[in-house]
Amino acid sequence: MANHQSTKMPPKPPTNNLKELIFITFLAFFFKILLIPSYHSTDFEVHRHWLALTHSLPLSHWYLDETSPWTLDYPPFFAHFEHFLSFFANLVDPIIVDLHKGINFNANSVIVFQRLSVIVSESVLIYGVFLLGRKCGFRERVLMWVLVIWSPGLVIVDHVHFQYNGFLLGILLVSIAALEDGNDLLGGFVFAVLLCFKHLFAVAAPVYFVYLLRHYCRGGVLKGFGRLVMMGTIVVGVFVAAYGPFAYHGQIEQVFRRMFPFGRGLCHAYWAPNFWVFYIILDKVLAFLLVKLGFDIKAPTASFTGGLVGDSSPFAVLPMVTPLATFILVLLAMSPCLYKAWKNPQPKMITRWIAYAYLCGFLFGWHVHEKASLHFVIPLAIVAVQSMDDAKHYYLTSIVSCYSLFPLLFEVQEYPLKVLLLTFHVTLTWYGFSSQFSETVVKSTSAQQKKRGDNFDLKKNSGAISRRFTLNWIEKSYLLGLLLVEVWTQFLHPAILGNRLPFLPLMMISIYCAFGMMYSWMWQLHWIIKSH
Amino acid sequence: MDKRKTEKEYKNSVVWFLCISVFALLVRVAVSLHPYSGAGNPPKYGDFEAQRHWMEITLGLPPKEWYRNSTINDLSYWGLDYPPLTAYQSYVHGLLLRYFHPDSVSLYTSRGHESYLGKLLMRWTVLLSDALIFFPAVLCFLIAYYSGQPSASKNNTAWHTTIILLSPCLILIDHGHFQYNCISLGLTVGAIAAIISGKELVGSSLFCLALNHKQMSAYFAPAFFSHLFGKCLRRRNPYLEVFKLGLVVLGTFVVVWWPYLHSLDSFLEVLSRLAPFERGIYEDYVANFWCTTSIIIKWKRLFTTQSLKLLSLSATLLTCLPSMIQQMRYPSRHGFLYSLLNTAFSFYFFSFQVHEKSILLPLLPASLLALEEPFIFQWLIQFALLSMFPLLCRDKLVLPYVALYGFFILLYNAPGRKQDTRGRSSSSIVKSLLVSVILMISFLLHVIYLTISPPTKYPFLFEAIIMLLCFSQFIAIAVYTNKKQWMLSEQHSTTMAKEKHL
Repeated sequence: MANHQSTKMPPKPPTNNLKELIFITFLAFFFKILLIPSYHSTDFEVHRHWLALTHSLPLSHWYLDETSPWTLDYPPFFAHFEHFLSFFANLVDPIIVDLHKGINFNANSVIVFQRLSVIVSESVLIYGVFLLGRKCGFRERVLMWVLVIWSPGLVIVDHVHFQYNGFLLGILLVSIAALEDGNDLLGGFVFAVLLCFKHLFAVAAPVYFVYLLRHYCRGGVLKGFGRLVMMGTIVVGVFVAAYGPFAYHGQIEQVFRRMFPFGRGLCHAYWAPNFWVFYIILDKVLAFLLVKLGFDIKAPTASFTGGLVGDSSPFAVLPMVTPLATFILVLLAMSPCLYKAWKNPQPKMITRWIAYAYLCGFLFGWHVHEKASLHFVIPLAIVAVQSMDDAKHYYLTSIVSCYSLFPLLFEVQEYPLKVLLLTFHVTLTWYGFSSQFSETVVKSTSAQQKKRGDNFDLKKNSGAISRRFTLNWIEKSYLLGLLLVEVWTQFLHPAILGNRLPFLPLMMISIYCAFGMMYSWMWQLHWIIKSH
Repeated sequence: MDKRKTEKEYKNSVVWFLCISVFALLVRVAVSLHPYSGAGNPPKYGDFEAQRHWMEITLGLPPKEWYRNSTINDLSYWGLDYPPLTAYQSYVHGLLLRYFHPDSVSLYTSRGHESYLGKLLMRWTVLLSDALIFFPAVLCFLIAYYSGQPSASKNNTAWHTTIILLSPCLILIDHGHFQYNCISLGLTVGAIAAIISGKELVGSSLFCLALNHKQMSAYFAPAFFSHLFGKCLRRRNPYLEVFKLGLVVLGTFVVVWWPYLHSLDSFLEVLSRLAPFERGIYEDYVANFWCTTSIIIKWKRLFTTQSLKLLSLSATLLTCLPSMIQQMRYPSRHGFLYSLLNTAFSFYFFSFQVHEKSILLPLLPASLLALEEPFIFQWLIQFALLSMFPLLCRDKLVLPYVALYGFFILLYNAPGRKQDTRGRSSSSIVKSLLVSVILMISFLLHVIYLTISPPTKYPFLFEAIIMLLCFSQFIAIAVYTNKKQWMLSEQHSTTMAKEKHL
C-alpha cells in the first residue's frame, strides 16, 4: 500500500493525517465526558480500593492486604499503574486514597477522577491505532480509527461499567503494530509488559511464541540462537522487573494465588456466549430425555445460574469439565493457526492470528467473562478494513459482541444509551463499509489486486466490480433475530411470564450470541486454513 | 445506469441521515444523565418540577380548570403559563408517566416529586418529542431546502444536518435544564420547510401550532406574516390567498383553544396567564437591550409597567420593520430565513420579559443559515452559550456544557467540509486578531466565573460582564444580518432588472 502511494503522489505531511485522528478522538473524548454520571459497577470500587491500597501500603503488603473484599488480583504492573494514579488522586481528594475512610466513597471528586483516568489512559489505544494506521490508505485508516475508538463495546465496558480495557488493548495494539512493522523485538517486549499488566492477555502467548521463534529467531543456527537469547533476556527481564520485588519478599506464591483463583466455576454467573453454553444445554436436554425414558438421573447439586460452583459436578449426564480440559481444548482450537505461524510466519497475518487466539480462549476457556470478547473484536477491527469479506465478518461479530455486553448495564437509565450506541455502531459501520467498498472497487481494482495479490481470495476480488457491501439472507435474519431476542427479553418476557423463569432472558442472550460467536470462529478458522 | 446511481445515492443519504440522527440522539441521552434544573432544591425546585406539575394538573383536572386558580390548582406554584398546546402535550406525557409510575403525577401529593424512575420518564418524554417532532422537521427542511440546489455537495449537506441537530444550546436547555423547546422549534422548522416548498397553508397551520405551544414563537411571527403576505401579493388573486391563509390560521387557533371558547371569561383567563407582565420587563441578567442599558438607565424606576409595555412593543415592532418590509417587497426563501433571524433578534432585544433561554429562537434560523453564514453562526452559538453559562452553572451542568461546546467546535471545523474560500481571503489580520481577542476574553470569563467568587459589594459582577460582552456581540450580528437581508433585495432587484432587460 505504501508502495502504491509513494509512486503516485508525494507523501502527505503528517499533520494532515492527524487531523482526522484528532477529530475522531476528541469527539469520543467529549462523548465519554458526558458519560461520567452514568451507572458504574462494583469494578469502580475495586479500582478505587486499589488506588488506596497502593497509595497507603508499602509494596510488600499489596498482595497481602484484606481490608476490603476487593483484593488486588491483577499483575504487578497494573498495581504500579494504580500507584501512579493514586499520586494524582491524592491531590484531587485525599479521601479517595484513604484505605478505610475511602471505602465505598462516592463523591463527585472520585467519580470524575476515576472516569477521567480511564479516558486519559485510553490515549495508549489511540497511539496504537495511529501506529497501525500509518501503513493504510486514507479511507481505510479513518475507518479503522472510527471502528476502534468508537467501538461500542469498549464504551460500554470502560466508560459506563468501568474498567481500563482501552488502556490495556492499546498496549496490545502497540505490540501488534511493532510486529506488523517487522520490529519483533519491540513487539515481544511490549507484549511481555502487557502480560504483567493483565494476565488474561496470555491467551495469545502461544501465537506470539511460535511466531517470534520462527520469524525473529531465524537466519542460521548461530544467529537464530543469538536472537532467541536476546528475546528471552528481554522477556525474562520484564518479568523480573514485575515479579522480582515480590519474589524478594517471598510472596510469589501469594501473588499467583491472587491472580489465578481457580475456585471459580466453568462459567460466570451470566454465561459468556461461548462453546460451554452448548455443552450445558446439551447436558440439560440429555438429562431431560433420559429421565423421560425411565433412567434414574440425579439432578446436579450445583447450579449454573447461581454463580460460584464448588467441587461437585454441575452436569447430570456429560462428563465434568476441568480447567486442564479447557486449557487443552483452547490449544487444540488454536493449533491450525500455530501451524500456519510455524510454517510461514508473515507480519501481515499476525493480527488475524492474535485475534483468532483470543477468540479460541473466549470460546473454550475456563470461567470466561463476556467482556473478554473485546480482546478479539478490537484487533479484528484492524483487519476489517482490508477486504469486503473481512468487513462483513467484522460487522456481524462486532454487533454480536456488543449485544452480548448488554446485560452488563442492567439499570433502566442506561437502556437507551446502550441501544443507541449499538444502533450508532450498526449505521456508522454500514455507511463506512458500503462507501469504502463501493468506491475502492470502482476506483482502483487493479491497484487493489496488486496490493492484495497474495490474498487467497484473489479470484473473488477480481469479480468484485459489481459487488457491494451487503449481507446474505442468513446473516440478515440472524441480526433480525437479535432484535427479536431483545424484544422478548426486555418487553415480552416480563409482560407474559412476569417473574417466572428469571434466568431465561440472560440464557437466551447467551445462547443466541453463542451462535454468532461460533460462526465467527468457524469463519476465521476457515480463513486461516485456506490462507498460505 | 444513471437511475441506479441516483438510487444508490439516495440510499446512501438515508444511511447518513440515520447515522447523524442516532448520534444526535446518543448525545441527548448522554446529556440527560446529568442533573436537571432545581434538582433537590425545595421548595420551588425548577423547570423540571414545573413541567411535572403541569402533567399532574392536566391529568387530575378537567381542561376548564387548568388555567383557573383553585384550592387544588394553586397558580402561584408553577401555574400553567403556556398556551393550550403545552397543556395538551403535558396531558399526553402525563399519561405515559402515570402508566409507568403513578406516584410521580398523582394530584397534589406529588408536589416536588423526585425519583430515579420519575426523572428517567420525564427525560424520555423530551427525547421522544425531540425524535418525533424536531428530527423529522429538520429532515423535511433539508429536503425542501436542498432540492432546489442540486449542486449542493454531499459533505456540506451532511455537515449542515449535523450542525442543526447538534445545536449545543438547544440540547443543553431541553435535555439538561429541562424544557420542551424541541416541540415549538420543531413545529417552526416544519412550518419553514412547508413554506419554502410552496405549501403555505400547511406552513401557517404548523406555525400556529408552534405559537400555541410556546408564545415565544411569536418572535418569528412578523417574518412569517410578511413573507406570506409578500408572496400572496404576487399571486393572481391576492385577496383570495390572504383569505385562505387567514382561514387556516383562525381554524387552527379555534381547534387548539376550543375548551376555552365557550365564554369570554375563560378565554381571557387563559390569555392573562400567558402574558406575565407583573414579572417586570426583564429578569436576572439577560443580554438584551433593556437589561444591558439598565446599568445606565433605570427603566424599572423611571417608567410604569404600562408605559414600559408600550415602549417595548413599539421598539420591537420598529426594529422588525425593515426586515418585514424587505420580505413584503421581495419575498424569497433566503430572505425569509434572514428575516426570521432578524425579527427573532428584535424580539430578543426589545420585547417584554425576555429570558436567557430565548436566545434559542434567533439561534434556530441562524443554524438553518449555517452554510451561508458559517462565521456568523458559530459566533452566535459561542456567545449564546456564554450567555447561558451562569444559568447552566446553577443547574450543575458545567460538564455537559464543556462537552457540547467541544462537540460544537469539533463539528464546526469537521474535516472534509469544503470551506468557503471567499470569506477567508477577505478576512484581514485586524479582523482575525479581533476575533481571537474576543474569544480569549470569553474563555477567561468562563474560567473566572467558575473559579473566583465575586466581590461582596457586587455579587452579580461577572454576570453583568458576561451580559455586556454577549449583548455587544449579538447587536453586531443583528446589524450585520439586517444589512445582509437588505443587500439580498438589492441583488434581487438587479437580477430582476437584468431579466427585464433581456
